[in-house]
Amino acid sequence: MAPSPARPRGRGGYWIFLIPSFVLFLAVIVVPFVMNVATSFTRWSGVGTPTWIGLDNYTKLFKDERFWTSFEHNVALIVAMAVVPTLIGLVLSAALFDYIGKKFGSRTASVLRAAYYLPQILPIAVAGVVWNWMLHPSYGAVNAIFGTKVNWLGDPDLALATVMAIMVWFQLGYPVVIFMAGLQRADPALHEAAEIDGASWWRRFWHITIPQIRPEIFVVLLTCTIAALKVFGPIFVLTRGGPGNATMVPSYFSYLNFFQKANVGYGSAIATVLALIIVVVTFLFLRVQERDA
Amino acid sequence: MTSVRAVRTVRSVRAPGRWAVLAALVVLAVAMVSPFVIVTLNAFKSPAEYSAGGPLSLPKGLYLDGIIDFWNRVDFGEKFLNSLLISGAVAIAAVVLSVLNAYALGIGRVRGRLWILVLFLVANTLPQESLVYPLYYLSKEVGLYDSKLAVILIFTVIQAAFGTYLLSSVLGQFPREILEAASIDGAGKWRALSRIVVPISRPTLSVLVIFFFIWTWNEFFLPLIFLISNDNQTVPVALGVLQGEKMMDATMSSASALLGIVPAVAFFLIFQRTLTRGVTVGAIK
Repeated sequence: MAPSPARPRGRGGYWIFLIPSFVLFLAVIVVPFVMNVATSFTRWSGVGTPTWIGLDNYTKLFKDERFWTSFEHNVALIVAMAVVPTLIGLVLSAALFDYIGKKFGSRTASVLRAAYYLPQILPIAVAGVVWNWMLHPSYGAVNAIFGTKVNWLGDPDLALATVMAIMVWFQLGYPVVIFMAGLQRADPALHEAAEIDGASWWRRFWHITIPQIRPEIFVVLLTCTIAALKVFGPIFVLTRGGPGNATMVPSYFSYLNFFQKANVGYGSAIATVLALIIVVVTFLFLRVQERDA
Repeated sequence: MTSVRAVRTVRSVRAPGRWAVLAALVVLAVAMVSPFVIVTLNAFKSPAEYSAGGPLSLPKGLYLDGIIDFWNRVDFGEKFLNSLLISGAVAIAAVVLSVLNAYALGIGRVRGRLWILVLFLVANTLPQESLVYPLYYLSKEVGLYDSKLAVILIFTVIQAAFGTYLLSSVLGQFPREILEAASIDGAGKWRALSRIVVPISRPTLSVLVIFFFIWTWNEFFLPLIFLISNDNQTVPVALGVLQGEKMMDATMSSASALLGIVPAVAFFLIFQRTLTRGVTVGAIK
C-alpha cells in the first residue's frame, strides 16, 4: 500500500479512509461469517464448548426431508417473487408506457403505476400484518368478498399458494417502475418505424421493447431472486413455516434451529449452505449478464 | 393475466378495445390498493359496528378508540421513536462510511480496489442468517445484546457495503480537473473531500440517506433477534410479534395494520421528490 513514486505528490495514502470500514467490516461481517462456518462443523447448544463433529451436520442436512422441502418452497417463492412479477411487469409497463400513456395521457399512466407500486413501500412485516387481517378465517375481508369460509393460511394445501399470491402482490410494483424507467431511455424512433411497417403490438413488444430493457430485466430478476432466497419476514408473520412444514423456508428453518431448538451447529450449516447458494446465484447472473453485454 | 387477454382483443376491435385495456388495468389497480382501503375502513369502526356490518361495510363515523387503545397498549410512540432513532443513525453513519470508502476507491484508486469492491458486494448479498448467531453471541459477550447500538452498528456496515459499491462508481467519474486544481491550491485530501467532493455529490448522497433510512426502517430479521425487550422494539418488530395474540380482535388488528402503513406512506410522500430526482441522477450517470 506504499504510495508509488511515479504518482504526483499527494496522490497516495488514500487507504487511510478505508480504516474505519475495515475495522467495522471485520467485526460485523468477516469474523461472524467465519465463526458461522466453523460452528457448522460442531454440535453446540449455544452454551458451553462446541463439540467438533466434522461434516456430520452436512450429511444429516442432505438426508433431512425438511431441508429439501424448504428449498422446494424457495423455488416456489422465486417463481412468485421474481418470475411472475417480471412477466406481468413487462406486459403492464409496456401497456402503460406506449398504450395508456399515448391514448389516455401520461397522467393516467403514472396514477396506475403508483397504484401498482403502493405495496412496495410497506415494510414486508407490515404487509404480512395486513394480509393476516385480510385472510383471517373468522373476520377477514377476503372470505367476505368471495363468500367463502376458507382458512387460507391454515390449510396445508393452500398455505404456500396463498403466501405466493401475497408475494406477487407485494413485488409487482418494483418491475413495473424499473421497466417503465427503462422504456423512457429506449429510442421511440424504432417503435414508430415498426408501427409504420405494420408490426403488431405484440411483435413490437417482443422484438423491440424487451431487447431494449434487457439490463433492467436482469437487475430485477437478480435482486428479486436473492430476495426470494432470503425471505423470512413474511413467513414469520404469516405462517411461521406452517401448518406443518407447508411454508418452511431455509431462513426460517435455520432460525428455528438457532433460537428455538438450540441446534446451533445444524442451524449454522443451513445458513452456510444458503449463503453459498446466494453467492453462486449472484455470480452466475453477473457472468451471464457480462456475456450478454 | 387479464391484461394480456385484453391487449390481444385490442387488435380485432379497435375502438372499444382501448377502453377494455384501460378497464383491465384499472381493475388491477383497484385490486392492488384494496387491502389498504379495507384495513383503513375497519380501523375506524367500533367492534359493535364491525360485528353488525362485517369487514366490507363503511364506517358510520370516525371511531378512534381502537387505534388509541392499540397505540397505548403497545406504546406505539416509543416504538416509533426507536425506529426513527435506529434508521436515522444508520442512514447518516452508513453514508459517512460509504463516502470515506468511495473516496479511497473511486478517487484515490487504492491498489486492489476491485477486490475490495467484490468483498463489499458479497457482504451485501450474504443472508443475515449466516451472520446472526455469531453476532448474537458476540454482542452478548461485549454487553451490547438487546441494545439499539448493536442494531445500528450492524446495519451501518451492511448498508455501507451497498453504498460503497454504488458511490465508488459515481466518484470514479468525478471530474479530475477540479481535484487537481484544489491540490495545486494546497488543499489536502481531507479538505478536498469535505469542501469539494461531498458538496458536489450532495444529490447522490441525499438519495443514499433516504434509501438507507427506509431500508433500515423496513428491516425485520435482525431487529427481531436483537431487540427483545419491549422498550427497544421497532415498529415492524412490535407489529409482527403481536400477530395472533389473543387480545387482538378484528378492529384492533386492523388498527395495528394501519399504524404500520401510515409511516411508510408518509415517508414515501415526503421523500418522493428527492427520490425521483435521484433516479434521474443515476440515469444520467
